[in-house]
Amino acid sequence: MRAHRIGRWLGGAALAALVAFAVFPFWWALVASVTPEARLFAEPSLWPAEPVLDHYRALWEERDFWIPLRNSLVVAGTTTLFCVVVGALAAYALARLRFRGKAAILGFILAVTMFPQISIVSPLYLLLRSLRLINTYPGLVLPYLTFAMPLTVWLLTGFFRQLPADLEEAALVDGASRWQTLTRVVLPLAAPGLATTAILTFLYCWNEFLFALSFTLGPERQTVPVAIALFRGRYQVPWGQILAAAIVATAPVAALVLAFQRRIVQGLTAGAVKG
Amino acid sequence: MADFRADRRFAWALVTPALATVAGVAIFPLAWTVWESLHRHDLRMPWLGRPFVGLANYGEVLADRRFWEALGHTALFTAASVTLEILLGLGLALAMNRAFRGRGLVRAAVLVPWAIPTVVAALLWRFLFDSQAGIVNALLTEPIVWFNRAATAWVPVILADVWKTTPFVALLLLAGLQNIDPAVYEAAEVDGAGPWRRLWNVTLPLLKPALLVALIFRTLDAFRVFDLVYILTGGGPGTATEPIALYTFNTFFANLRFGYGAALSVIVFLVTFLLAMLYVRGLGVTLGGEER
Repeated sequence: MRAHRIGRWLGGAALAALVAFAVFPFWWALVASVTPEARLFAEPSLWPAEPVLDHYRALWEERDFWIPLRNSLVVAGTTTLFCVVVGALAAYALARLRFRGKAAILGFILAVTMFPQISIVSPLYLLLRSLRLINTYPGLVLPYLTFAMPLTVWLLTGFFRQLPADLEEAALVDGASRWQTLTRVVLPLAAPGLATTAILTFLYCWNEFLFALSFTLGPERQTVPVAIALFRGRYQVPWGQILAAAIVATAPVAALVLAFQRRIVQGLTAGAVKG
Repeated sequence: MADFRADRRFAWALVTPALATVAGVAIFPLAWTVWESLHRHDLRMPWLGRPFVGLANYGEVLADRRFWEALGHTALFTAASVTLEILLGLGLALAMNRAFRGRGLVRAAVLVPWAIPTVVAALLWRFLFDSQAGIVNALLTEPIVWFNRAATAWVPVILADVWKTTPFVALLLLAGLQNIDPAVYEAAEVDGAGPWRRLWNVTLPLLKPALLVALIFRTLDAFRVFDLVYILTGGGPGTATEPIALYTFNTFFANLRFGYGAALSVIVFLVTFLLAMLYVRGLGVTLGGEER
């Protein structure tokens, strides 16, 4: 049994190293974000000597960082809402009903989740330009549907499959229509799955960069990732502000993930491993 | 449930809005890209119009050195990052699979890098490797200007990708490990198999579906790498770390050559599509199992 103990010890050590590796860049950024610009380049330290909130204040007062935050919230929120509502209907049919072409549809949806964004960026650009939607909210929501819609359908199909079928069958036997069964029995039961899917879809939209970079022109419609990526200083890279913005952009995401970690892992792996 | 026909109609009514959306926003633009790739369409020279040129753009791609180099960079990045991620992810999954305290903490700690924007991850790593303020150089006796040479510029790019996506691989493999019946291990142990034999002869074969999924999923993702390189190196120095997605992006938005860029897009799509077919086939087995 010695091998067992050594194995466990090694496993524990590996995991401790992993946690350190995962957390360190955040800690480092957090420390830097409360360090005055002048000292940032002098000597790196693991602990903030005299933490100051200058960089965070500059985010609001000089950079109007609330604008990209608002833009990201609007775009990610709208996309998520639309996709979860429309996707839930499709996913229910794909998970529960019997009809021809179902396997083909599932394969198609899965294939579209693999789509490289770069291969549709130019027609979307030309299309949005001719519709005068460049640098508008719809001009981001529409492209975001390309990855968000297949993702929600795929995740929700996985969740619906895991629901027990008895209650639905009982409702149908009691004379409820398919639509009533769906809205009154299935959807309430699926609420946790719907919430998880909404969170994941929101995360993907919140993090998206290529489309947001291609289809916005100025700060008034830029999302958070684009705004941070394009931060410029007058003389040098404004690291303090960039890292403060990185912390601000990460905090809501981290909070969501920590609060729902068990469900998120379930949702992520159910689709891929269990089918 | 007697009325199959009504069921079928209901099913199509439910599926149609989602399918129409996907077709409208993804399939239609894709078809447009293919069509566009057969034209010369240069926004810098609008007076040329948009003449049909057949496969001329593809001919140019094949002779384009920057394209082949970009493809090489993409392959290098994909091979290096995916290999590291699968190996590390497997190690982590095996470690997490042993019952131990603090599993929730570990899961939370590794999930956060996965969930944050890639842009933010890239910036964190650029800061770590910054030539003035970076801690990596502070730890080295002889500081390195990481982003001045291709060979060293790849290090932060690959590390950032490994940092961000190994957790996902580990969680995927962990789910696969948890699907394995513990009785199989007990049987192997009774038969006198040591820990390495059990790993090699029991765990890995049973984990093969999950490994395959993780492998292909990561490969596809790495092949499309854009955000990380855009932030960390900008493809530079020069174009020495430019992957195919960034080259295509630059063809559109820096050179404004939409026809030629469309040909590049189609090639990226075809390569991804071939890889995706592998993924769908790999998954097909488990999908079929779930149906019954």
